[in-house]
Amino acid sequence: MITVRPTKMEVWWVVGAGAVLSITAIVAVSFGAVDLDIGSVVVSIMDRFSFVEIDSGFTAQQEAILWEIRIPRVVLAGLVGATLALAGGAYQGSFRNPLADPYLLGVAAGAGLGATLAIAYAPGTTMWPVDPLPLFAFSGGLMGVALTYVVGYSVRAGRTSVTLILGGVAVAAFLTAAQTYLLQREAETLRQVYAWILGRLSTVGWSEVLLILPYVVVTGIVVIAGRRRLDVLSVGDEEAHALGVDAPRVRLVMVLAATLGTAAAVSVAGLIGFVGIIVPHAVRIVFGTSYRVLLPLSIFYGAAFLIIADLIARTIVAPAELPIGVVTAFLGAPFFAFVLRSSRGAGV
Amino acid sequence: MIRTPAALFAALALVAAACTALDSTSPAPDGSAGFPITIDAPSGPVTVDARPTKIVSLSPTATEILFAIEAGDQVAAVDDQSNYPEDAPVTDMTGFSPNIEAIAALGADLVVLGFDPGEVVAALDAVGIPAIVHPAAVDLDDAYTQIEQLGAATGHVAEAAAVVAGMRENIARIAGETDAGGATYYHELDPTLYSATSATFAGAIYGMLGLVNIADAAPDPDGFGYPQLSPEHIVSEDPDLVFLADTKCCGQNTATVADRPGWNTMRAVQRGTIVELDDDVASRWGPRVVEFMETVAAAIGALVDG
Repeated sequence: MITVRPTKMEVWWVVGAGAVLSITAIVAVSFGAVDLDIGSVVVSIMDRFSFVEIDSGFTAQQEAILWEIRIPRVVLAGLVGATLALAGGAYQGSFRNPLADPYLLGVAAGAGLGATLAIAYAPGTTMWPVDPLPLFAFSGGLMGVALTYVVGYSVRAGRTSVTLILGGVAVAAFLTAAQTYLLQREAETLRQVYAWILGRLSTVGWSEVLLILPYVVVTGIVVIAGRRRLDVLSVGDEEAHALGVDAPRVRLVMVLAATLGTAAAVSVAGLIGFVGIIVPHAVRIVFGTSYRVLLPLSIFYGAAFLIIADLIARTIVAPAELPIGVVTAFLGAPFFAFVLRSSRGAGV
Repeated sequence: MIRTPAALFAALALVAAACTALDSTSPAPDGSAGFPITIDAPSGPVTVDARPTKIVSLSPTATEILFAIEAGDQVAAVDDQSNYPEDAPVTDMTGFSPNIEAIAALGADLVVLGFDPGEVVAALDAVGIPAIVHPAAVDLDDAYTQIEQLGAATGHVAEAAAVVAGMRENIARIAGETDAGGATYYHELDPTLYSATSATFAGAIYGMLGLVNIADAAPDPDGFGYPQLSPEHIVSEDPDLVFLADTKCCGQNTATVADRPGWNTMRAVQRGTIVELDDDVASRWGPRVVEFMETVAAAIGALVDG
């Protein structure tokens, strides 16, 4: 159970978070497997964003590496990190459960099954008007959550958020079993599915950014708009009702919005763990437990966290890559332990 | 349990075979002589008591080798990945989780595996079925040894020797005729950009033809040989040749590669020096290695002429 103390957002918290994200993004764009001159990177960016033509001195190939590979990857890492952190915060508020993460209700298992189906039975993009992998993963994720709702709400007596979470456990176990069975049958897809499970940012471009942007924006708007209601929800369903907040309805809207964004993020980036649970908690420990503060700040710090994790994933063994899921856990776990230790234990 | 006498017999046979192994080198004209024989497989010595007639192959490469050395009519069943040659008796058995009872029910008298997913060899041994594990060959000599061992285990010593001799001759010929002169290449295993370094079997083949591997720049402390490359690295290295070993598994081709972000600046995309390999031919270490090498040599020839 999380004790929430509603507080107002301080302006300089937002400014600070924005500065952290900006610096992170600039550093991330400046480094990669290929050495690009940092000065030229800045000039090339200014060239694109200003009306003045400036020559960065880059070859067409270096331009392509910067603009087609590196920058979209940083942007996507930011979008995915922001969405997962925001969704994690929304789940934790909706279920009043500090262990809730964006994958709680079967999104991950459903998306995993969808991705495995796409990799095993619809390889390549030649026969499809769109890349089947994100489509299958997205639909699978949404289907997983829909199933969880069906199972969770089929409980006749004592229909609570706990039955929903238990429904999620059952659905996730079932879908994971289905995925494992498929993997056994189509064993040659194992490496690709595994790569997807551990995060798949390495081969993305602008098309993936555009693909998830609408969902991510909708999720952001809906969740941020509902941040005050999550503060009210923290006192309990009945008390919230007395205060004029329809708890089940708020929960449904928040969970649906968070699920939509999570499914979109997962569909292009794979199952990147840890962000949705670590970032909201770190923000909670530092800035307080109010969702009014926590949700907006989670967007910035979630983005910054995943951008740094991806920077490490693509540079530490360059020119090879590390799976980003490994980095988020490796980096996230000790970082979280540190934050937890240095906190006064407030709010968790 | 009830199989104890068989296991005991197998153990006795092992001792007997160890004694006869020394003089089993004499030629076996009709293929039935020369048994029992003990094979010094990588997994340990394996004794085959008599010329096997119901072989189960759970390794696609072993299946190709068995048919190439004319032991095909002794093969009773092969796994679901064994798609070559076409007349191989494919079943839905899988090398990833072999069903011991199903293998025993077939009356198998020799099992060949690509790897042991866990105590399978011991379990087969317990029911008295000899099992040879032939893991992915690290180099050509390794592949030749596997072919010769399968020849010995199936009573096709001469045919196996002929296959090896033919491979040696063809590979030497192609290597002698071809010199890429240090042209660079990228060998793709899947669309997430997993590649193979020169330390791998496929990498060594490219190296014999004078090609330089862009994956060798990746740190590889364990000698694993299969790094996931950064797309930045591939675009920046701008290899002369791109070999796609993920055309069947993952539907990749010249067009999908050209569509990848930033890849249209690469010379291989602009000149069309992308080679769509057959995944299986490029990833197995049987007699079709020659075919793989010919494809690579032809691409080098086109590059040098163009």
